[in-house]
Amino acid sequence: MPTLIRWREARAVLEEDPFTAVGDADPMPPGDVIISVKRFQAEGEQLLGEGRAVGVRVEAEESVEALAYDLPRLSLVALAFPKFKDGRAFSAARILRERLGFGGEVRAVGDVLLEQAKFMIRCGFDAFEPADGTGPAEWTAAGRRFRHVYQRASDGREPAFVERARAIVLYTGDHAEPARGRRRKTPEEAREGALAHGFGPAHRFPMALGGADAQGPI
Amino acid sequence: MYRYDDIDQQMLADRAAEFRAQCQRRLAGDISEEQFKPIRLMNGLYLQLHAYMLRIAIPYGSLTPAKLRMLAHVARTYDRGYGHFTTRCNLQLHWIKLRDAPDILDQLASVGLHAIQTSGNCIRNLTADPWAGAAADEVDDARVWAEVIRQWATFHPEFSFLPRKFKIAVTASETDRAAIRVYDIGLRLRRDDTGELAFQVLVGGGLGRTPYLGPVIRERLPARHLLSYLQAVLRAYNRFGRRDNLWKARIKVMVAQLGAEAFARQVEEEWEKTDKAAVDLPDEELARIRAAFAPIGFATLPPRSAAFEAAKRADPAFARFARHNVKPHKIPGYALVDVSLKTPGETPGDCSSAQMEAIADLAERYSLGEARNTYQQNLLLPHVRLDDVPEVWRALKAAGLGEPNIGLITDIIACPGLDYCALANARAIPIAQDIARRFADPALAEDVGPLDIKISGCINACGHHHVGAIGILGVDKKGEEYYQVTLGGAADDAAAVGQSLGPALSADKVAQAVEDLVGAYLRERQSGERFIDTFRRAGLAPFKEAVYADAH
Repeated sequence: MPTLIRWREARAVLEEDPFTAVGDADPMPPGDVIISVKRFQAEGEQLLGEGRAVGVRVEAEESVEALAYDLPRLSLVALAFPKFKDGRAFSAARILRERLGFGGEVRAVGDVLLEQAKFMIRCGFDAFEPADGTGPAEWTAAGRRFRHVYQRASDGREPAFVERARAIVLYTGDHAEPARGRRRKTPEEAREGALAHGFGPAHRFPMALGGADAQGPI
Repeated sequence: MYRYDDIDQQMLADRAAEFRAQCQRRLAGDISEEQFKPIRLMNGLYLQLHAYMLRIAIPYGSLTPAKLRMLAHVARTYDRGYGHFTTRCNLQLHWIKLRDAPDILDQLASVGLHAIQTSGNCIRNLTADPWAGAAADEVDDARVWAEVIRQWATFHPEFSFLPRKFKIAVTASETDRAAIRVYDIGLRLRRDDTGELAFQVLVGGGLGRTPYLGPVIRERLPARHLLSYLQAVLRAYNRFGRRDNLWKARIKVMVAQLGAEAFARQVEEEWEKTDKAAVDLPDEELARIRAAFAPIGFATLPPRSAAFEAAKRADPAFARFARHNVKPHKIPGYALVDVSLKTPGETPGDCSSAQMEAIADLAERYSLGEARNTYQQNLLLPHVRLDDVPEVWRALKAAGLGEPNIGLITDIIACPGLDYCALANARAIPIAQDIARRFADPALAEDVGPLDIKISGCINACGHHHVGAIGILGVDKKGEEYYQVTLGGAADDAAAVGQSLGPALSADKVAQAVEDLVGAYLRERQSGERFIDTFRRAGLAPFKEAVYADAH
């Protein structure tokens, strides 16, 4: 069985993939499958009726909102990266998690590279099919490298402004000092705290069923 | 001024460590140049014609003595002893070795500098009114909001792979010194009827191949909702902006194709669905950032300085400097002092390490520890006592930085052009030098009056030629450098895209053409008219005649 990387409790692990990706023209194999939106619309009822777990692959130009009605029945949504540089799936993942409340697996497929790991995890992806041969050790390091984040996203991590409010840092304009009686966290504590506190709250990430130079103007 | 706290510093340290690991993988041959390219481009490291170029961010142009000294040190140690200030609050080092890049970033991080998001299809380094905190007409300090956006945009997980790069400029004044109409998003802070701070939001301006002035998509956005609204704009762009054609991928094309109203509706729909409280900063955090920019150290002074007035009377050269490089400050007895990086004959925007250190000393001693980088590729000492201006001028002159030419014909914006840039079709620097030499006599430049010349070495328009009163664009004609001239562009409140003067000129004809244009202006001008005013009144004809008469 092929493998994929899953993000579980702030680390990447290699797991067997119970799903088979099935193209629109392929014969339907037995077991759990990932199919296109179009094929899901045609065959989804029957497949679900057979007791299979079904995932849908959403292409970059397709809208995840169109799936809203069916989401509770889906085990996973695979969001496609046609190219490394095509970032539409980042928005799609956040909408799935934060707006549509999808708690199943959100899988990154296509041109999936290690350099996107930290962004994908933040946007609510929890499964990855790397196209660059990278493994769980590298993905764990990439996903944990930054001790802080500046904005809320789908991973539940506490942004810097919340950390600051919690530490009740008095800001005088020149010096940041902790208020009396409070101690600033060490970097290690901050990192562990952020990771332990933030990643994968149960209500948001229940496990799925079964599991030019483009350089130029300044 | 905002000082990075532990969290901000750790963000820089983590980024520097990440980049070091990436560079090691490249130097060890674990990844190819092709695979490394998108990685280094996310960190401002470009491969140019002769070497790597590192683009260092100076968020909203705000510099301290420590930052200036570090830039000087890095330029001296790892480059050729000078750097190039751009129109976008960046310093470019053009002769970098890849193996040095991680060390450079470590050293920059130690003073809160970095190269984060100075390239790539992400939200780029923020720019703001360089007069922020000193401008008499501001309703708030624009840097507060630029810093708010800087933090939100840094490593934004959703918006790091946009269709194309994305630039945001902020002002809190009615007088636009940040070119907000030619930005992807331009923000102007005002107080609304109820006294509340609210942003006027412009989206879809930009230069490049197809220049657009950004339309207003929302007249009044309550300032506290800035970030949730920005998220809505960026999300609409990230999802629905064009990705099929590099030249049509900027948000300006999306806004122009949809129309500003339809685009605005799309943003409003997205914004309505947004959990604003999850995105917008809480009041305490806004207050923390605002407090960091609170004015400190101003003395109570009389509005008039006897020493300043006496120096003007005593020395005509100083009087000229005072006329062009010294601007009124909102605090009585203080002034803004422009530091010209446009000495005729030199490369516009270039600054040597020794000069950076001289400015650092002056900022420390005379400007409450601050300096700024302006849109015009100059520097600025924002808080100088009028009493001290003569001394500051003498020190600037001694450092080769005393040119009294701000806003005049020799204060030319020019991109690095074909001397450095792999994209350029033609050189920009020698053209600027040619023109500046012809008007090097300060009395002549002063007589010509306000006139901004902007030169780009290719259609990407880093030199902002579209919005120059005289714009000059380098093009390649069968392997030869030619230059198209436009007139009437402006980047201020009366922003306009320049009109083509006529057929392109060969490199050796450009400076003469500028002289001819100036000659036509001097003949045509009516009392009090600047070059741009005469052009707006008289139109292209007299200028065209002056340049192309011989060709008929």
